[in-house]
Amino acid sequence: MTEAYNPFSLAGKTVLVTGASSGIGRATAIECSRLGATVVATGRDEARLGETMAALTGKGHVSIQADLTKAEDVSRLVQEMPQIDGLVCNAGITRRRPISFVKEDELQEVFNTNTFACFTLTKAIMKARKMNRGGSMVFVSSMAARQVTPGNAMYAASKAAVESFARSCALEYAPMQIRSNAILPGMVETPMNNEGGLSAEAIERDKQNYLMKRYGKPEEIAWGIIYLLSDAGAWSSGTSMEITC
Amino acid sequence: MEIEEFVENFAGQFVDTDLNVFSKDTVFHELDEYSSLIALMVISMIDEVYGVTVEYDDMAAAVTIEDLFNTVKRLKGEQ
Repeated sequence: MTEAYNPFSLAGKTVLVTGASSGIGRATAIECSRLGATVVATGRDEARLGETMAALTGKGHVSIQADLTKAEDVSRLVQEMPQIDGLVCNAGITRRRPISFVKEDELQEVFNTNTFACFTLTKAIMKARKMNRGGSMVFVSSMAARQVTPGNAMYAASKAAVESFARSCALEYAPMQIRSNAILPGMVETPMNNEGGLSAEAIERDKQNYLMKRYGKPEEIAWGIIYLLSDAGAWSSGTSMEITC
Repeated sequence: MEIEEFVENFAGQFVDTDLNVFSKDTVFHELDEYSSLIALMVISMIDEVYGVTVEYDDMAAAVTIEDLFNTVKRLKGEQ
């Protein structure tokens, strides 16, 4: 019997997923494991990270609790983690305020988590040479980076920076045959929507703006991420993939 | 500040070039892998490890790795 043909398989690859304790990160960890990857899951909340670990398929997965806005956590994570073939930089938060009411500490918080952590983690991984040759980096940006909505300036700007950062990584790590791409999801059904300060009614109204009249499911973003992690995405680097409708 | 360690740090910025190629006498501009990105990585490494800022002109003027080492020493006031 021949092995099933699947260029999207992640068998033999180890993938680090940040923000794996909920939403798109959790779905990515689960779907990666279903496609054969060994998952290194990281997140701030140990209990919720445990729930993700319990949902993974297969053996050998690792969870490392870390707050990526703390330098000591980043260096401990990189020290403890195995060699990886894939990095999914997904951890993100949102704070919704009109520009005139933006608070300095919230702005810092959003950028620390969404943007600066991408820089510090990528730097630490590459300096420690923990990413294997031929590896793939996927940075979760957002459609919000391109389609701005009132009150979303902090999140939108932080995610626009992430999209750009993914392209810089593609350029600088190409000599190591490492690819880097950004994923731009539209609105997805995740706990983050509850942080956004939108009423349930406003969310229902917003869904009507989508062609399918619904938000995305976390796994529908994970499958795009998996394309870029897998050998199927071997000739995609420096690109941005919109997943929305 | 030792030349052996400097050569090692310099070589550490390259991916594909055989480590045996690197010595204090290596004419680094002639290495196939040497590029503007590698030059920037070497400048950043020098800033991080040796605490001095080497300019692009210094990189261009240096022929061998030892020449660059001497530039760094001069900038550090050790020469």
